[in-house]
Amino acid sequence: MESTAIKDQKVHKTESMKKVKGSEAVLLSLIEEGVELMFGYPGGNIMPIYDSLYDHQKKIRHILTRHEQGAAHAAQGYARTTGKVGVCMATSGPGATNLITGIADAMLDSTPMVCITGQVGSLLLGTDAFQETDVIGITMPVTKWNYQVTKASDIPGAIAKAFYIARTGRPGPVLIDITKDAQFAEMEFSYKKCEGIRSYVPVPKIDLEKIEEAANLINKAEKPLALIGQGVVLGGAEKEVTTFLEKAGIPFAWTLLGLSALPTDHPLNIGMLGMHGNYGPNKLTNECDVLIGIGMRFDDRVTGDVKRYAKQAKVIHMEIDPAEIDKNVKSSVAILGDVKETLPQLTERVKANLHHDWIQEFKKCSDIEYEKVIKKDMYPEKAGLSMGEVIRRINENAKGEAILVTDVGQHQMVAARYTKFNHTRSVVTSGGLGTMGFGLPAAIGAKLGCPDKQVVTIIGDGGFQMTIQELGTIFQTNVAVKIVLLNNDFLGMVRQWQQLFFDKRYSSTELINPDFLTIAKGYSIEGQRVSKREELDEAVKKMLDHDGPYLLEVKVEKEGNVFPMVPAGCSVAEVRLE
Amino acid sequence: MEQEYTITAFSENSIGLLNRITIIFTRRHLNIESLTVSQSSLPGIHKFTIVIITTQEKIEKVVKQIEKLVEVLKAFFHTNDEIIRQEIALYKVPTDALLKTNEIENIVRTHGARILEVTPDYTVIEKTGYKHETQELFELLDRVSGTLQFTRSGIVAITKNKFELLTQYLKEMEKLNYSTN
Repeated sequence: MESTAIKDQKVHKTESMKKVKGSEAVLLSLIEEGVELMFGYPGGNIMPIYDSLYDHQKKIRHILTRHEQGAAHAAQGYARTTGKVGVCMATSGPGATNLITGIADAMLDSTPMVCITGQVGSLLLGTDAFQETDVIGITMPVTKWNYQVTKASDIPGAIAKAFYIARTGRPGPVLIDITKDAQFAEMEFSYKKCEGIRSYVPVPKIDLEKIEEAANLINKAEKPLALIGQGVVLGGAEKEVTTFLEKAGIPFAWTLLGLSALPTDHPLNIGMLGMHGNYGPNKLTNECDVLIGIGMRFDDRVTGDVKRYAKQAKVIHMEIDPAEIDKNVKSSVAILGDVKETLPQLTERVKANLHHDWIQEFKKCSDIEYEKVIKKDMYPEKAGLSMGEVIRRINENAKGEAILVTDVGQHQMVAARYTKFNHTRSVVTSGGLGTMGFGLPAAIGAKLGCPDKQVVTIIGDGGFQMTIQELGTIFQTNVAVKIVLLNNDFLGMVRQWQQLFFDKRYSSTELINPDFLTIAKGYSIEGQRVSKREELDEAVKKMLDHDGPYLLEVKVEKEGNVFPMVPAGCSVAEVRLE
Repeated sequence: MEQEYTITAFSENSIGLLNRITIIFTRRHLNIESLTVSQSSLPGIHKFTIVIITTQEKIEKVVKQIEKLVEVLKAFFHTNDEIIRQEIALYKVPTDALLKTNEIENIVRTHGARILEVTPDYTVIEKTGYKHETQELFELLDRVSGTLQFTRSGIVAITKNKFELLTQYLKEMEKLNYSTN
């Protein structure tokens, strides 16, 4: 069969064409795509590309991680904070399979990423050769697109197509698998960026009638509620959404991945959605009359029991991916397209409004939540330190200017609930896949992508140990990430579920932990352990002021729980405060 | 309510696409009743015809997932009354049975089947029709003479629309000036 990677594009041959090795063509192609930074790990079948990389170190900086999973997550952290395509590289077989968790994570969280893997020589394909894995087959369900290159001449076309697919429409991870003989073979290099693929429509056409219909619903609404997702950030539509919400006077809640799309203290912000989101947005979802999903996908962690989700409301769904329409929640009006383009059209057609009384209802919920949950989290009176007060201290010192990277679990939910943000793209967290071990390597990518920003990663003692080897990357590359380890010597979220739903049968959730500061010290990373409230503020200050990477371990309450909570299978209206 | 649906999907001719499409069904625990892949009437474009038994809601979602694949140009689904569909079946019977009486010859005639090849040992009969028709003939032949071999294809289908649904789409894409080969 023909190779579609090149057949779909016009490749204009230029006079400056030169003969190069396939491996060199990979590097030249990456340079053409503007890649300045990539993450990876070498091995047998990608050695020619690493050899060519040696000549281009001034243009492309390669960060050697300690594990391929770390390379994938670092590329994600880089992509999420910079908006550029993250790039990572691994060898065939185990190198490639180690990338899978990161690729699956990027797929669920729509992160633009290009992964390049080496492969055995094309004559060895299918022979169970040393370090051969069918990486195309394995990654098919977790990539937006993947392609195996067996001829050097296909390399520029495949890479151009990979970057185009990864960043356009709803972004996602793309994998290019290159056989070793294609890396060695010579080819005539010329590069043309991909501008379109016949069978691929990244952004659907806008239907103005739908926008008209949506505006009518919004103009008649007395209790409208907007849900802001990562689509707003990916589309760069922060201003457009702000203008829309402010004109129509619509309160908004954000999803976990929609965090920081607007400043936290925006007066229309009513908090976070989801299983551990805020009380008001969960409860009042089942009281609003018009629900507007903007660049979000009604994930089951957002909807709770979908059969009892917003049944009273007309649902307007603004979304770039047609497959998301009516997938989880049936919409009354679906507005397909990039929200950056559809929102201004909608804003033009909606009437200025205030919805004062409706917004007051959220305020009431917020007061209840403050009394029952937030006060105890942020200003606890009990002896043990709470995760919430650690976040409060970080807020007080970082003042909303830091990028938050989290791992997965209780600390993630607490950090997402309480961290203040002033700027968009200030959150990197594993939403869809819920990947423990994501935080530390993602923070490396975030810091290298935004060197002038403070990057604080909040990690639990469980997730920290899943990718703890990346302390080696931080050490070797001197990445100044600030690691806040919220240590409760438990797999906290699982333990919480065991307490609430499994009769306190703590099956395999207690952790006997090592001395984390000693481990950090082994990598020359400075740190401090805090277990007393009076030491906390000073310790946070010291961490933020420290020049270079830093580990702040906080011994928190062992059996603290995260509330509010919409227990699995319950309706959002059944959100529990204790 | 579950019923039979026929999906037609048009795609570029690329390695692994069949796999990309079938994992969409596998992941949702949907069984494929029949699957045919072949070149379409449009040069360079392949056509998948897939029959599954499921609900309207599920088929809508599955078709969107198929269309989301980068190499798929367009995917549609149809109920049985929206398409003309046929499958082909081949039967191998002992030639003795054909020569002994004219019963087999009569069956071939009345079922609109035809004889493709006769050798001293066996005779190959072909019939095109709905599945229940090819099945009926199989059971009849098996009873009368015994069948040495029997095989049937997946279905091929054509819509009751006057033109191919894809043609309009391709014209629109051409306006966007994407290279087609």
